[in-house]
Amino acid sequence: MRFDYDTSYADPQRLLRYRSQWIAYGTLVLALIAAPWVLPPYYVGELNYLFIVSIASLALMILTGYTGQVSLGHAAFMAIGAYAHAWFLNNGLGFIASILCASALTAAVGLVIGLPAIRVSGLYLAMITLAGALVTEQIIGRWKDVTGGYSGLSVPAPIVFGFDFGSLRAFYFLCLFVLVLVLSGLLNLMRGRTGRAFVGVRDSEAAAYTLGIWVGGHKVLAFVISAFVTGIAGALLAHHLQFLTPDGFGLTLSMELVLMVVIGGLGSLRGAVFGAVLIGLLPTLISKIKPALPASIATQFGLETFVFGLILALFVMFEPAGLNGRWIKLKVLLQNFPLYRRNTFRRGKVYMHSERYR
Amino acid sequence: MSYFRVENLSLSFGGVHAINDLSFVVSQREIFAIIGPNGAGKTSVFNVVTRVFSANNGRVIFDGRDITDTPRHRIVDCGIARTFQNIELFEGASVIDNLLLGCHRFPYGNLVAELCWLPGIRRVEAEARAKVEEIIDFLELAPYRTHIVSALPYGVRKVVELGRALATQPRLLLLDEPASGLNPEEARDLAFWIDDIRSDLGITVVMIEHDMSLVAEAADRVMCMNAGQLLAIGSVSEVQSNPDVVAAYLGT
Amino acid sequence: MNAQLVQFLQLSLNGVAIGSIYALVALGIVLTYKATEVLNFAYGDILMMSAFIGWGLIAVVGLPFWLAVLITIAIAAFLGYMLDRHIMRTIVGQPQFAGVMLTIAVAFMLRGAVSMMFGPTSRNYPTPWSGQITHLGPLVIADLSLVILATALLVTALLFLFLRYTQLGIAIQAASQNQLAAYLCGIRVKWLNSLVWGVAAAMAAVCGLLLAPTALVDISLWFVVLKGLAALVLGGFGSVPGAIIGGLLIGLIEQFAGVYLPDGFKEMMAQLVLIGVLIFWPRGLLGEAHGRRV
Repeated sequence: MRFDYDTSYADPQRLLRYRSQWIAYGTLVLALIAAPWVLPPYYVGELNYLFIVSIASLALMILTGYTGQVSLGHAAFMAIGAYAHAWFLNNGLGFIASILCASALTAAVGLVIGLPAIRVSGLYLAMITLAGALVTEQIIGRWKDVTGGYSGLSVPAPIVFGFDFGSLRAFYFLCLFVLVLVLSGLLNLMRGRTGRAFVGVRDSEAAAYTLGIWVGGHKVLAFVISAFVTGIAGALLAHHLQFLTPDGFGLTLSMELVLMVVIGGLGSLRGAVFGAVLIGLLPTLISKIKPALPASIATQFGLETFVFGLILALFVMFEPAGLNGRWIKLKVLLQNFPLYRRNTFRRGKVYMHSERYR
Repeated sequence: MSYFRVENLSLSFGGVHAINDLSFVVSQREIFAIIGPNGAGKTSVFNVVTRVFSANNGRVIFDGRDITDTPRHRIVDCGIARTFQNIELFEGASVIDNLLLGCHRFPYGNLVAELCWLPGIRRVEAEARAKVEEIIDFLELAPYRTHIVSALPYGVRKVVELGRALATQPRLLLLDEPASGLNPEEARDLAFWIDDIRSDLGITVVMIEHDMSLVAEAADRVMCMNAGQLLAIGSVSEVQSNPDVVAAYLGT
Repeated sequence: MNAQLVQFLQLSLNGVAIGSIYALVALGIVLTYKATEVLNFAYGDILMMSAFIGWGLIAVVGLPFWLAVLITIAIAAFLGYMLDRHIMRTIVGQPQFAGVMLTIAVAFMLRGAVSMMFGPTSRNYPTPWSGQITHLGPLVIADLSLVILATALLVTALLFLFLRYTQLGIAIQAASQNQLAAYLCGIRVKWLNSLVWGVAAAMAAVCGLLLAPTALVDISLWFVVLKGLAALVLGGFGSVPGAIIGGLLIGLIEQFAGVYLPDGFKEMMAQLVLIGVLIFWPRGLLGEAHGRRV
């Protein structure tokens, strides 16, 4: 059993409080640093992809999980980040300047999309972001002068301070570094006043107003932060793909990001990473399973879509708190062993309450 | 000396007059109760004061300042806090986080300092936590400090909402049916707390209530409303014996 | 009549024809929304699946058209009922977002399943109206389009009367506004919800069977749900007459955009309209204004 014995007001907000956390995360960091020399190159490339989508997933978690703003079109931000970064690089900007400009541009678009989000909420926001993603895909496809349209756009290698990070291992550490940077920044933001305000906006706008929280401003801020970070992820994705085409940033990617956030567990950054790892690895896992399936199912390309849907459905129905929820339950089970009660996390029967007339 | 004044307030939704030419005055450090049947417009008065709705007519003046048109999120800076009839807590957060959100309006730091978790931010967080701990002490919420709000019993949630309003360090506290759903023991505690809020913290309290025993025990003056209009105003005994009030609300 | 006017009227006719499909899709979605407050993102995939089943019954098994249609509608209705009974019911009481996610999951599963079973090739099947066109003066319209228009109007009228004037319809609306109270009034809420899902799925089957001969029996049929959502938003969320008006307007806007606006706008038009309406006039044309009471 764990009892928190806090000796100062800073203790509850410390990111690494317990010795077990230091050991666990320390081991993880060491394993990740050693990975490029231990794993075969294919898996290092996979890890690169996982780092990149983790960044995007964290960004979407801030928006949807913490502030409650649904975005079904987040791939559009990744696309803007990727194409803008490639364009800036092709036009002579250095890597860091280019990535910052691309992310700033994405943040500006996030601002524009965030403004109508003030008046529009929930279902309507889901539809507007979905529509926005479709429109962005079309615009990218047709604005051939800038984006190369459907013929594609090639991306130069990332050169930071004269050192070429294009090789697999160097790019791995670049992505890992950016991920750690983004993660620590967002963790700090979420444990402070802004994070609490976001949760306030999500849970009760009426109460948030009475506490002095400018609800509209915070919604827009969430969009801007989320778009900025997604732009960073998009820029890194550009280097990972090395060649950009519009269909890589369509509805499928948007849905994958939403799946990561929902399956990971809304409202926790750890959940965002869990979800990103699961959904990012899923295509690889499926291709491993394919040889074991009967030929009629394995040869068609619908298997991936079906498995995505199945996993999402199972999580929404049986574990709404997502992977993070399972993680917490497992932790409580281990902490309280053998006194854990099966119904510790059971809630009473709820009835549908109309959200139109609340 | 009028501390909080409502002048000729009117609010209508389409053809429905929720508030009809209402005027009343509350003095500083007074406990003022508003009673009346359901649909009388009591919560609408609070909603107009806290700018959920804009009044069609009339003014609201607090400590000499006209607050009829202040933006909704600036009302708390004027020193007014409120609780809600149907509890509006942040269900996904813990009690501590709910109370810490009450401290939102105080100076903090900029975005960059937050991102880097600089010592200045750490200091402000510790100060906010210290203030919130005082409120937890005052309202006896210590056993529930880290519990998620959605798991708490109804009476405790009402108290948490009161604590969150107190965390904003208001000068005027608007309580919307604070005793509804509380058992007699909790209601008695509430009466003591409201009195302590007035005497120790110097906060003026305006409360909407149906529990006449609480009103009799805690309130200095009472106002009875009916169909958006003022029916009677005065001391508790005066209003309780007023024949109009008896007919419309109290019954024999 | 001069050529300009003829083109204008022909475009309008085409717009109304395709708009009727959008209106039918919007109607199916608004029905489930009115009953369970869930936006059924799986509607397009039920539509697509019905088209494939119809093709299978007509082209492979060789059944006559009307029999195949009836069987497909029955299968879809059964599927819709089972969907609610076993899947949607598990998330009762959770916020609206969970319902959106679950219908998206079901949509993915249907799409994947149909992909795996039928493969990626586009197919087609004959209808009693294939290849037949009617002339209205200088204007031309396919018979199939007239059938679609008539079906849309008929279904709208039936739905409107049902929800407004029958006890079952009112019960459905009551259950959506306060489920616990509906239970206490003796309304069989769970059974009603499943019934509504069954009816909506049947409507999706009708849409799919009518749309497929023109748009081909293909996985991409599910896209029409996005046009239906745009129609719903334009007409006003939650309004049955709004769904029809929205659908027809979207159809018209698309046709005119295809001719009068630069290349590429036609595909985006529905989405642009959706974005525009939600930003400037969120209630839509006939929508209800909702506020939150505190």
